[in-house]
Amino acid sequence: MTTSDDKTTLYTVSSSPHAHSGASAACLMFDVIVALMPALLAAVYFFGFDAIRLVAVCVASCVGAEALCRKAMGRPVKTALVDLSAVVTGLLLAFNLPPSLPSWMAVLGSVFAIGIAKQAFGGLGYNPFNPALAGRAFLLISFTGRMTAWHAARLPERWSFGGLTADALTGATPLGMVKEAVRAGDPLPVAMDGATTVRFLLGDMGGCIGEVSALALIVGGLYLLYRRCITWHVPVCYLGTAAVFSAIHWMVDPAAAMPPHFHLLTGGLMLGAWFMATDMVTTPVTTRGLIVFGIGCGVLTMTIRIVAGGIYPEGVSFAILLMNAITPLINRATRPRLFGQRRKA
Amino acid sequence: MKTITAPYKIKGGVHPAYRKELAREQAIRTMPVPSLLRVSMAQHLGAPAKPLVKKGDTVLRGQRIGEPAGFISASVHASVSGTVKAVGPAPTASGAMAMAVDIEPDGNDTWLEQLTPQPNWSALDAKTLTGIVAEAGVAGMGGAGFPTNVKLSPPPDKPIDTLIVNGAECEPYLTADERLMRERPEQVWTGIAILRHILGAKIVRVAIEDNKPDAIRAMKKAMADAEGDVALVVLPASYPQGAEKQQIYGITGRETPSGGLPMDVGCLVENVGTCLAVQDAVVNGRPLTERVTTVTGDPVAEPGNVLNRIGTPYADLIAFCGGLRGSVAKVISGGPMMGFAQGSLDGATAKTTSGLLALAPGQAPVYESLACISCGRCVQACPMGLLPCELSQALEAEDYDLADAFHVMDCIECGCCAYVCPARRPLVQHMRTGKARIALKRREAMQKK
Ligand code: SF4
Ligand code: SF4
Repeated sequence: MTTSDDKTTLYTVSSSPHAHSGASAACLMFDVIVALMPALLAAVYFFGFDAIRLVAVCVASCVGAEALCRKAMGRPVKTALVDLSAVVTGLLLAFNLPPSLPSWMAVLGSVFAIGIAKQAFGGLGYNPFNPALAGRAFLLISFTGRMTAWHAARLPERWSFGGLTADALTGATPLGMVKEAVRAGDPLPVAMDGATTVRFLLGDMGGCIGEVSALALIVGGLYLLYRRCITWHVPVCYLGTAAVFSAIHWMVDPAAAMPPHFHLLTGGLMLGAWFMATDMVTTPVTTRGLIVFGIGCGVLTMTIRIVAGGIYPEGVSFAILLMNAITPLINRATRPRLFGQRRKA
Repeated sequence: MKTITAPYKIKGGVHPAYRKELAREQAIRTMPVPSLLRVSMAQHLGAPAKPLVKKGDTVLRGQRIGEPAGFISASVHASVSGTVKAVGPAPTASGAMAMAVDIEPDGNDTWLEQLTPQPNWSALDAKTLTGIVAEAGVAGMGGAGFPTNVKLSPPPDKPIDTLIVNGAECEPYLTADERLMRERPEQVWTGIAILRHILGAKIVRVAIEDNKPDAIRAMKKAMADAEGDVALVVLPASYPQGAEKQQIYGITGRETPSGGLPMDVGCLVENVGTCLAVQDAVVNGRPLTERVTTVTGDPVAEPGNVLNRIGTPYADLIAFCGGLRGSVAKVISGGPMMGFAQGSLDGATAKTTSGLLALAPGQAPVYESLACISCGRCVQACPMGLLPCELSQALEAEDYDLADAFHVMDCIECGCCAYVCPARRPLVQHMRTGKARIALKRREAMQKK
């Protein structure tokens, strides 16, 4: 009788399953890039050349840093680049930068995001923190002044529409202005009437280049949902918690608080809820974990925005980074129930 | 008799491309006896049978050539009359080595009339009938190959009230069970009735996925006059509806405890092919010597459902279906989700060979596995409520104690996790290795005691 050793193997032998859904990390990342396109267009519309400059610089330096790090660590370069994750990090980091930031600072932020926050931990999949947010946090701590300097959006006159043109509002972020006013005890500078709400929804305000247009971000987020790249849990829980939190604050203290739709439309909340808090690597794997994560982000964001003193008006980045840090704990605490294991009576 | 939809929704699962159209309209064809049959002694779960013949012996069809070696084991019979050419080790579909008996047919195909046909089986008691099933070497024909007589003899403290007949056939490509239900519904129903009689089960549920309307119609007709609590359950088409524990839950809402058996929740699940084998054994007095295997896949010239003698070499089976066209990347014994890849066509069919599937290179790409990106898709897909990503990382680090604590032993190897994983991690391979290592460890610990 013959045994398997003395005959040639004609066909591939591998473990089941022998079928695959076709999903790949690169496909997922490509969909994220597609979903970021509306916000990129909005950024270019509102901030012109600066948006193009920052996106180009960040994407190029993220991809470059990724290649160099892989090479320096003696790991395959190509596999790391084809997954497109460096491009996504570059885009997201650029979206989190103010339009006037010098290019060399953007390069530094990119190198930190890829080199320290991602590759030093072992590359895609091993990084505990969202690399783009880590890069932003690094820049914020290193160059606080430049990272919070909002110049008036360079809206060329001919680009204006519906009578909405650049005005004083675009000189600072709405969140910053409200914070200043509250600290100084002045009356609130922004009235959330219909026209202002529409302007904020479209993105006609000061801020980081990719965060201003809530509408563009929602369109991109819905695309991610449609493509099943993300589930509804994080965006809905995050935005919902932020809305409830701010609504309570607003009802308790209408003189000093802004209504919920102000908080939803300003700052990095939309960008964070749809694109940063949904980063797969740094968020929980269980459904219940994602709900906890979303709620946690919402609570922390609003706590930083409202409760924590007037040092810094925005809370999204640090909220998400903090939740990233406890993601392993959330995973452990929210394991699904094992089939056949009875709930303890 | 009533028709119901599955009252409980199973967790997880996936929707792979079903590709049943390749073979589903092909009526069962009987394949001529090949020039040599290789009958393995390990066609069932449990201890392989002990060969009862030696080189040079002449055997008759239906003659017992392997006797059960232990409580969980099954008899093996010659599937043709002829001469024993060799007895020796040969690889099984899963790659394990087991004794096999090579039989050269004498061309007469003479039966050994050993079992008495019992057309009036309802007059017999459970013990006698179970004995016939054991004599006939019937084992689960859906894939696992659990000896049927063992399942039919539960300990007295585990009474079985529900008999579930698995006609889900949720594995893509496979259509053998569907053809049996369409072409031989009466015999299948008789087999079910015999099992019901043996068990004294009050409830009978025949489960079929909703993408097999013809099979549903045929079975409904065959079951029309059934008395008592008998129902045809239409399951939503998704994978793995046919997995034992999931099917029991979907139909009864009972969860087989971790590490337990269906009888722990009063259930017994048999595949439709097994029911037919029971019918053949009891009513016709025929031991299990043949089965229907779906030979399919795009490279197969004439895909179809082939009634073949157990021990038919894969090469003959493929040749009967017109051979293979173009280049072939993989040949799989079973279906694409849980089947075993074969290195060549040297293997032979067994009681559990539900399909022989050939895949073209584009359909079986070899992936490079990347680091887990924590997307959670495997967690969503796992019908057992495991965290495959976490398990696979523990197993990669060879931390078997951790994997055990995370319940890797509950993995049913359904493949849903690996099917959805965007990082294309060999998750099932990790689980298999881990389960084998932990089982070994447990056995060693037992022996020490
Ligand atoms: S871990 Fe096991 S039971 Fe869960 S999906 Fe993967 S193979 Fe199936
Ligand atoms: S599906 Fe793959 S990449 Fe996603 S969490 Fe599971 S193992 Fe990790």
